[in-house]
Amino acid sequence: MQKKYSSLQQVQEALRSGQTSCRELVSYYLGQIQENKALNAFLEVYSAEALSYADEIDRKLSSKQDPGKLFGLTVGIKDVICYKGHRVTAASKILENFESTFTATAVERLVAEGAIILGRLNCDEFAMGSSSENSAFGPVRNAADPSKVPGGSSGGSAVAVQAEMCLAALGSDTGGSVRQPASFCNVVGLKPAYGRISRHGLIAYASSFDIIGTLTNCLEDASRMLEVMAGPDEFDSTAIQESWKVNEAASERAKKLAYFPAVMNHKGLDPEIKSAVQDFLQQQEATGIEVHPVEFPYLEYMVPTYYVLTTAEASSNLARYDGVHFGFRSEDSRDIESMYRKSRTEAIGEEVRRRIMLGTFVLSAGHYDAYFTKAQKVRRLIAEKTADILSEYDFIVTPTTPTTAFPLDAGEYRDPISMYLADIYTVQANLAGVPAISLPLFHHSNGMPFGIQLMSSKFEEHRLLAYGQQIMSNLRPA
Amino acid sequence: MSQSVGKYETVVGLEVHMQLQTKSKVFASDPAQFGADANQNTSYITMGHPGTLPLLNEKVLEYAVRLTLALGGKVNRSTGFDRKNYFYPDLPKGYQITQDRNPICLGGQLSIQTGGKSREIPIHHVHIEEDAGKSIHDQNDRFSLVDLNRAGVPLLELVTEPALNGAEEVDAFINGIRQLVQYLEICDGNLEEGSIRCDVNISLRERGAKKLGSKVEIKNMNSLRNIRRAIAFEEKRQAAMLDRGEEILQQTRSFDADRGSTFPLRSKEMAHDYRYFPEPDLQPVLISQEYIDKIESSLPELPWQLRRKYCSALGLSLYDAEVLTDDKKTARYFEELLETEVPAKAAANWVMGKVKSYLNEQQLSISDFPLSAARLASLIKLVEAGKVNQLTAQQQLLPALIADPEANAEELATTLNLIIEEDGNLASSTIKQVLDDFPDKVKAFKGGKKGLTGFFMGEVMKRSKGKIDPKSANKMLITELNKV
Repeated sequence: MQKKYSSLQQVQEALRSGQTSCRELVSYYLGQIQENKALNAFLEVYSAEALSYADEIDRKLSSKQDPGKLFGLTVGIKDVICYKGHRVTAASKILENFESTFTATAVERLVAEGAIILGRLNCDEFAMGSSSENSAFGPVRNAADPSKVPGGSSGGSAVAVQAEMCLAALGSDTGGSVRQPASFCNVVGLKPAYGRISRHGLIAYASSFDIIGTLTNCLEDASRMLEVMAGPDEFDSTAIQESWKVNEAASERAKKLAYFPAVMNHKGLDPEIKSAVQDFLQQQEATGIEVHPVEFPYLEYMVPTYYVLTTAEASSNLARYDGVHFGFRSEDSRDIESMYRKSRTEAIGEEVRRRIMLGTFVLSAGHYDAYFTKAQKVRRLIAEKTADILSEYDFIVTPTTPTTAFPLDAGEYRDPISMYLADIYTVQANLAGVPAISLPLFHHSNGMPFGIQLMSSKFEEHRLLAYGQQIMSNLRPA
Repeated sequence: MSQSVGKYETVVGLEVHMQLQTKSKVFASDPAQFGADANQNTSYITMGHPGTLPLLNEKVLEYAVRLTLALGGKVNRSTGFDRKNYFYPDLPKGYQITQDRNPICLGGQLSIQTGGKSREIPIHHVHIEEDAGKSIHDQNDRFSLVDLNRAGVPLLELVTEPALNGAEEVDAFINGIRQLVQYLEICDGNLEEGSIRCDVNISLRERGAKKLGSKVEIKNMNSLRNIRRAIAFEEKRQAAMLDRGEEILQQTRSFDADRGSTFPLRSKEMAHDYRYFPEPDLQPVLISQEYIDKIESSLPELPWQLRRKYCSALGLSLYDAEVLTDDKKTARYFEELLETEVPAKAAANWVMGKVKSYLNEQQLSISDFPLSAARLASLIKLVEAGKVNQLTAQQQLLPALIADPEANAEELATTLNLIIEEDGNLASSTIKQVLDDFPDKVKAFKGGKKGLTGFFMGEVMKRSKGKIDPKSANKMLITELNKV
């Protein structure tokens, strides 16, 4: 599937040379969206707005005004990110007609640099899920095989880039929601370090895990977007104070890689994925990089710790969807109690309700110490151990996912526990707050793509991106 | 002094909520002022819209540290916020941001005076939290209305140890807190408008017993009178139960001001499990020693410091000191008077006497008193120098000066012919005249009726129209009487 444009650089060259206009470019993507409607990636398309914004960029280009660093970047935004005057639903019925009155910092910064927002993208409800089937507005389908899921929760974002409905998309990543669909859809997924990008305007799932991430065709686009979005924000006191610059001269060479034998020998790991990662490590070793097996004693605790803490935060973060001030309110509420119960039961999907109940349970008196406090302690151990390993090794290498994209409505995956266990490789980066990427390197004999994951020390996205760049140009010639 | 009923001793612990007078809310830049139209001070952050995050107003931290230092508490240098989860329509996020594990102030005490005795009431802690909005149930038949102006207004909650023995001490404590926060200029201290609200925890135990009894919590009290009534009611109710050998249930109750009694809230309302956990949207707050030192050095003189100064350095009575420091504005006016080097006792008498009665008559606060401290001082100085006598100054010169606050006191006294004749001629001629006019009384005096001095003096003052110095005139009168 050859794409018309596979990088922002290509787009900008075409625009500067007059080979195409921005209006023509946007029209092309709008056409792609129309053509791929069946994949259900976009929940809403801002056609007229995008075209008029394209005209403005064309005017700037013809009058030699600065069109911004990201001019011509067509972007879809996951429907958990606020954009003033536009609806934002978190793929939930409870916010079906909710319009945001402010713009997320990340979006505002992209737009200020000439990016064009094409629309909002389908996902799992409140970003909870790994298949993008938990949407009140229907499941998203994988462009490589529409009978398969695109992964989740940022499934719409991955498919939009995969099927060239936009050049790049914003997702959010709480436990792998950018990287897992990137792996399933053959695109680059970047989850920056926690705090790297302001969460102002990102609908919260689990506040101490959530981060906005990007889905792109190449690492260069990911790093150019990161540069614009990163940095301090007066609206988010958990965003870090430093800004982040693209390092043009980056020629980062990894010296030492770590991998976890227990991960490679995990019984749920698809054998083809396992051998692809093994081959990758051997190739790296052959180029003179040291590759070491490292013990990670907390592997089996990762998923439980993640689900205890994220559901706890979610149960509180989602309390505001109560039918009182905004969003859906049940028609047959008689009193305050029934208004809460009916509104939330009627308009919040099963998986989200499950997580709210789990989170309420782990925070409740009598269970708090056994679950929440314990999980917090384990999280600290995981974070410390991860940091230790990354102080000795440049990167940790794992598969992104144990399998390739699975069929929609797959019976076995209806079991929430096995669905949760599929997050085993991705949750570590969120528990530890470190950056991670999924690189689209492989194809399975079943025809589906899959990626490999790299993690680096906190706030070392420049090294991650530089090394990723090398791997991509060596292993996947354009 | 205990307010105990018979054999029982009352033990009260207070939770005092103080609304801080910051310009903006504690986690958003919306205005925090009282009195705007419903739902005007409400941005998307206050309304808890999806995607919003709290931002700590640093002024709130500063105010909390001010109170901590004034109470002699320990500033928690690693403080942080927690979420308290519950559903209510005036709580837009479904949780309140508060401090559970690491409150800003640990310990401290406030000294109270009751029955002439002074006692230190220990404080458990003070924490920062956001206020909720207001639910309004009586303006519409079918719906309850919600006003979120108050949602997110900063509060400090002060929690005492269970150390207050009855209503009199509770009263003194709340008044002491009201006075303190006004001095610190962190809260207007207005109970009527709800700027200070209290939850009262009350239990009874047999006199001399060490163990505390089961407590009953009376929620949301905002008048001292009702607090006294609620405590009195609970003392009777609990004492009767204990006498009957009944167990006191730990309960949350509400006070019905019309009936003067308390009633239990529905058990559902009491069965809250607030599921506190660390607020992940805010970083822990680390406070430096420099920051604490800076605030400490900017603290104003506190009421008890002023009282000590007035009693020991200025020689005023404790009563005078208490009256003068009751509110900060009076104390400041008095301090300004002292700066003009008017004698302290004279300054105190003027402020507590004529000035206070004028303000009471006119129903004014001292900040509305027409005379600046400097103007009043020039009047007091005329009296102290013997140029105008005290009574004349109070009855004639003060009203004239108030009517014309920009006038020079001495010029005004001269114009009004109130200045005392300096040479003593008027005094001696008036005395002579009076003695000549009342020969019978003079005879009676000589016969031993010494009490008649007062009569002669009154007559002298009347005839001289206050233009003589009463002290020297009195001396001259006695000399003259003894000569006759």
